[in-house]
Amino acid sequence: MMNSSGGELSRRGSSAIRCAGVSVRRGGHPALRDIGIDIPRGAITGLLGPSGCGKTTLLRTIVGTQSHVSGQVDVLGRPAGSPELRGLVGYVTQAASVYEDLTVAQNVHYFATIFGTKDAVSESIAAVGLDDKADAQASDLSGGQRSRVSLACALVSRPQVLILDEPTVGLDPVLRADLWRRFRRLADDGVTLLVSSHVMDEAEQCDTLILMRERGLVAELTPDELRARTGHNNLEKAFLALIEAGGQ
Amino acid sequence: MSITVTHTNSAAPIHPGLLGATAVRVLRQLRADPRTLVMMLMIPTVMMTLLYFMFDDLPGGAARFDQFATPVLGIMPFVTMFLVTSIAMLRERGSGTLERLLTTPISRLDLLGGYGLAFSLTAAAQAIVACAVTVGLLGLTVEGSIWLVGLVAVLSGTLGVGLGLLCSAFANSEFQAVQFMPAVVIPQLFVCGLFVPRAQLPGWMEAISDVLPLTYAVDALKEVAAHPAPTGALWRDVAVIVAWVIVALALAAATLRRRTE
Repeated sequence: MMNSSGGELSRRGSSAIRCAGVSVRRGGHPALRDIGIDIPRGAITGLLGPSGCGKTTLLRTIVGTQSHVSGQVDVLGRPAGSPELRGLVGYVTQAASVYEDLTVAQNVHYFATIFGTKDAVSESIAAVGLDDKADAQASDLSGGQRSRVSLACALVSRPQVLILDEPTVGLDPVLRADLWRRFRRLADDGVTLLVSSHVMDEAEQCDTLILMRERGLVAELTPDELRARTGHNNLEKAFLALIEAGGQ
Repeated sequence: MSITVTHTNSAAPIHPGLLGATAVRVLRQLRADPRTLVMMLMIPTVMMTLLYFMFDDLPGGAARFDQFATPVLGIMPFVTMFLVTSIAMLRERGSGTLERLLTTPISRLDLLGGYGLAFSLTAAAQAIVACAVTVGLLGLTVEGSIWLVGLVAVLSGTLGVGLGLLCSAFANSEFQAVQFMPAVVIPQLFVCGLFVPRAQLPGWMEAISDVLPLTYAVDALKEVAAHPAPTGALWRDVAVIVAWVIVALALAAATLRRRTE
């Protein structure tokens, strides 16, 4: 079953991200197949599916760094990758992309300079809970701390759309809960978040879910709709039931 | 939450503020690695000293040292900066920061220009130390101004940065990047006129040396060594080096793709 479930989501107003008929080829093989999604503004959308199902390729397509894309991808009403989107869309890759030989503050400050938002440096470092590590060199931090520096480098631009690729991998449960509270506050402030994860228990935190499997879309729906449709309360079981019902 | 609209015009080819911020960032990264900095500043001096003792006991040794040392003052920053830049750019790619930067308002020329500026300043520091020691302690004599020697040495370092940025686009790993050293640097050393005067090279080799940029750095240094006042040939050489730097940066920017596989 590969259709997007647009009908169930008619309550949406204007969308922040819209993909129609999006396919990607990589090295002669399909990396994404005919994706059609509609992501609402000011909400948290979870992108879920097993490792290797094409989540990162879809995120890169939306950010505009993926080549060989066919179909239509619009972000905030402009084609993905447009120059005018570069200050409005924040992207945090799965691996922490920071300068290991700079301090936390120097990393965030450099990206703040690029976005013209130097006044946001300390609030961004505080937002990821690294105030006490601001002067520590990134190479001296733990993996989880480094990915939070990476997140701070995106938050500092005060983006309207924030694309996060597995931001909570390797974080302890307390920090994970803390980050999700922070994502919720950003969404309440009007920021559109698209967060990928391969852990279904994070789906509970999202307003909408995009479920992917084998480089294609399985469904786009809310957690409640997923439960209602499958009769399972547990979202992991519901996802499995949905796939089985789809004739896989 | 207030949305701050950035004042950076994303479409502009170059933003001096972002270029400068990138240069500062690269210099801060260098400063975090003091051993590399010390090696960069000291190794050329040690090499010049070795060169001095190599000729010391030979008849006419001082003249032969002068003849060799002046071009080498320009060749060393070229080689060092070529390697350092290739590796730095590969790290930028490997750490994911390059992909991230290309989603921001920074332009490709801001990024490459920032690298160029930071490593040119490093080359200048290297050239100052090397020239001071070579003239002050090792007794190098040139007819022209030692400042002109320094200027050409820095330009030669900048040339190394430009070619390093360009070559790093074609390398996917550090192993590949290091191979560009024998592939790109050593042939230029052979035909630049250091070992054999260019006029005595076979015609086809001289033709090759005419289009390779290091030739002009070595030629410029020979001009300074031989003439008390700057010559027209010197300025022509300088102009060719500057043109090469600009072409290398432009080609490097053209090969830097925002969208990748």
